[in-house]
Amino acid sequence: MNKEEVLKLAKLARVGISNEEAETLSHEFDAILGYVSEIKNAKLEARSKKLEPVLVNVMREDVNPHESGVFTEDLLNEVPNREGSYVKVKKIL
Amino acid sequence: MIDISKLTIISAREALRKGEFTSRELTQMCLDAIKEKDREIHAFLEVFDDALDQADKAQINLPLGGIPIAIKDNILFKNHKVSAGSKILENYTATYDSTVVKKLQEAGAIIIGRTNCDEFAMGSSTENSAFGPTKNPIDTTRVPGGSSGGSAAAVASGMVLVALGSDTGGSIRQPAAFTGIVGMKPTYGRVSRSGLIAMASSLDQIGPLAKTAEDAELLYDVIKGKDPMDSTTIGEDTYKVRKNTKTIGVPRDFFSDSLDKKVLENFENSLEQFKKLGYKIKDIKLPHLKYSLAVYYILVPAEVSSNLARFDGVKYGFHAEGGENSIDDYFKTRGLGFGREVRRRIILGTYVLSSGYYDAYYGQAQSMKSAITKELRDAFNPSADGVDFILTPTTPTPAFKFGEKSDPLSMYLADIFTVPANISGCPSISIPSGFVGKLPLGILLTADMGNESVLFEASKDFETIAN
Repeated sequence: MNKEEVLKLAKLARVGISNEEAETLSHEFDAILGYVSEIKNAKLEARSKKLEPVLVNVMREDVNPHESGVFTEDLLNEVPNREGSYVKVKKIL
Repeated sequence: MIDISKLTIISAREALRKGEFTSRELTQMCLDAIKEKDREIHAFLEVFDDALDQADKAQINLPLGGIPIAIKDNILFKNHKVSAGSKILENYTATYDSTVVKKLQEAGAIIIGRTNCDEFAMGSSTENSAFGPTKNPIDTTRVPGGSSGGSAAAVASGMVLVALGSDTGGSIRQPAAFTGIVGMKPTYGRVSRSGLIAMASSLDQIGPLAKTAEDAELLYDVIKGKDPMDSTTIGEDTYKVRKNTKTIGVPRDFFSDSLDKKVLENFENSLEQFKKLGYKIKDIKLPHLKYSLAVYYILVPAEVSSNLARFDGVKYGFHAEGGENSIDDYFKTRGLGFGREVRRRIILGTYVLSSGYYDAYYGQAQSMKSAITKELRDAFNPSADGVDFILTPTTPTPAFKFGEKSDPLSMYLADIFTVPANISGCPSISIPSGFVGKLPLGILLTADMGNESVLFEASKDFETIAN
């Protein structure tokens, strides 16, 4: 992987990194991907026999709603920039 | 003065009930021990200022009544700070209680503080904490392991009786081994993660760190159980629990060349101890097990890249100023707020999930995860003459020095023995098995799904001989 590819991935992941870090990461990724790629060539003897899943998706009933507004102030207190009951961000359009 | 390092939950509970000391006095002793020792060790990120108030209200007839406990800094305790060892959450205050905190409080425990960890639990040494590393109390030039290194160090140094950690690839068991205590990762689904800051949701579990298997079991019994707030939690009857468990399987093919000679020697010794206790030892072959770590380092970055997308500097946590627009602020916030290992995993996860690579990495890793799970569960299958436990060393080496594993891959390899239990979902416990010089070692017992009880029984058996 080269530096440009790392910068492109960082952009997709919305993480600002320096050119220098991208360069270092490209070498580290080569080493990590080299290691994890061993599974690509692994013989998967057990794979053909699919495992019966024990765990299945469980949906909770949408019941017992809490009273409207009881968490609002607590949650808004954690917002870095707020204006009244709004979350404030810079102009987007 | 009572030495916290010698107290277990059982002995403290007895003393509290006999009136030898009060819950407030016990909590004060822990606070004093923290004050005295933690300047050097740095196990705690914060000692909660309401600890003594909690102690005054503690009902000592409850299972953990009046017992001070530390929680890892990724477990939410309402109105208390929680940062996951990250700058991006440095001043974040929990807006609700995690299920485990609720259960601790219902059991009468005193939550005394939050312990240091690798940022978002990503690491094996606590060197990745944004707030500086924790030192190993046995040898302060060495790491305590990680990511729950703060919890392990707090228990091992006698600052607190027990602690909670979280384990995604060994983050409870590896630091337990490095600091000479007991650490257990429950079956996937046994303990609710509601209110645990997620790293890799298909693998994360909360579990106990304690001085004895009995204490770990007591704490586990308090925190386990089905929870409507975590849909992956399971009931008591999901898996079959076995009895008369005395057969140990040893997968020697899985022991790589990187295994320290002294660690292997200690392991052989431990096998002899089990034989003396009447356990049967069987060599077993688990050919897929060696791929566990590779699977781990595909699935974890993938899940990390998705789980950590929520940190945007808008809803909560750190917000970097000075960008030209919102998207600019977003990049800056995440670039500055996340540490190096977290950035590394987010970007790597983005790669393995990207179009064109998804099948080769993520798809293949999922298939291999099924193969590993099947292989392990077959090895435990009673109708196929399976074993009751699998035994390996917990770690390939004793605690390493700070800075010793500076390239990421060598750090990842520290978890080689602990990762298979997370990949398969099986419960797994590390118990102290001796020393190399003064450095503690651990052995790792892994059992079939839902069989924590047999892990605790064998651990208690082993402790009778080891002590």
